[in-house]
Amino acid sequence: MHIPDGFVDAQVSLAFGAVAVGGVALCLRGARNELDERTAPMAGLTAAFIFAVQALNFPVAAGTSGHLLGGALAAILVGPWTGALCVTVVLMVQGLFFADGGLSALGLNVTNMALTTALVGWLTFRAVRFVAPRTKAGVVAASFVAALLSVPAAALMFVLEFALGGTADVSIGAVFTAMVGVHVLIGLGEAFITAFTVASVLAVRPDLVYGARDLIPALQIRTAAPRQEAR
Amino acid sequence: MTRTRGFVLAGLLVALLLGGIVSYYASTQPDGLNKVAADQGIPGAAGHASDGSPVAGYATKGVDDRRLSKGIAVTSGVLVCFALGGALTWSVRRRNAGSAESPTDAATGAR
Repeated sequence: MHIPDGFVDAQVSLAFGAVAVGGVALCLRGARNELDERTAPMAGLTAAFIFAVQALNFPVAAGTSGHLLGGALAAILVGPWTGALCVTVVLMVQGLFFADGGLSALGLNVTNMALTTALVGWLTFRAVRFVAPRTKAGVVAASFVAALLSVPAAALMFVLEFALGGTADVSIGAVFTAMVGVHVLIGLGEAFITAFTVASVLAVRPDLVYGARDLIPALQIRTAAPRQEAR
Repeated sequence: MTRTRGFVLAGLLVALLLGGIVSYYASTQPDGLNKVAADQGIPGAAGHASDGSPVAGYATKGVDDRRLSKGIAVTSGVLVCFALGGALTWSVRRRNAGSAESPTDAATGAR
C-alpha cells in the first residue's frame, strides 16, 4: 500500500508530513514507558520481521496482491507507541534504499501504514480483549480482528488523502469502493499472518507479548506449582 | 536475559530466511493500491529519487541471478531495519527501570 510520488499533490503530502512528524514525536514520548533493556531488542526484531514479511506479497484477487502492513502486529508485540515507530523505521528504509513508496509521500505512508494501523489495531485489540476470555486464545482472536480492521482503516486514510489532494480527476466514490473492497481481502491475509505470529510467540515466550502481559501472573503461578505433588 | 537474546536471534534468523529465500516466491502482481490506481487511471511519477540505490526495487545492482539479487537485497533490508529499529528504541528506552537487574547484567555480560 506504499503511495508513490505523484498520486497526491504537494500541499496535502506536506500536511500529512506534518501529521507524521507530530505522530512520531508522540510515539517517541509514549514508547519510553514501553521500552527497557529487554524490550528494545524485541522492537528491533519486530521491525526486521515486518520488513521481511512485507516482501512476501500474497495473491488476493485476479491480478492483485497484498502484503502485511504490520502495524497491528507490532502494537500487540511491543506496544502501540513502539509498534508505530517500528513500522516507521521499515517505511523509511523502504523509501530511502529500496525506492518503495515515494519520498514526497513518506508522510502519507507513515500516517496510513504506521500510525493508523497501530492506533486502529491497538484500540480494536483492547476492545476485543475486553470481551474475550483472558486466555492465550483470547489474545490470538483479538489479534486477528485487530489486524483485519487495521488494513481497511489504512485504505480509508488513503481515500481521504486522495479526496483532499488527488492529482487525477477520477471519481472518489469509485476509488473508495475499489480500495475498501480489495483491502478487506488483504486484511484477511493480514489477520491470518498476525494471529499466527502472535500465537507462535505466545507459545514460546508469552512474557514477550506486550498485549498479553496481564496473562503472565496466572501463568507463573501455574508453572510454579510442583508437578509431582499435584499428581 | 540470555533467553531473551536467544529468542531475538532465533526470530532474526526466521526473518532472514523469510526475506532472503521465501520472498523469491512471493506474488509479483501489483498490490491493492497500485492495482486500484492503474484501474482508475491515477498516474504516478515515472521514477523514484532512490532509483540509484544499490538495492532499489528489491534487486541488488550487479547481481544477475534474480534469486540471489532479491535475496541479498531483502536480507540487507532486514538487517538494516533490525539495527535502526533496535538503535532507535534502545536510545529512548526507560533508564534505571530495572536497577536491581542491571548490575547482574553487567557482571554476566548479558544484555
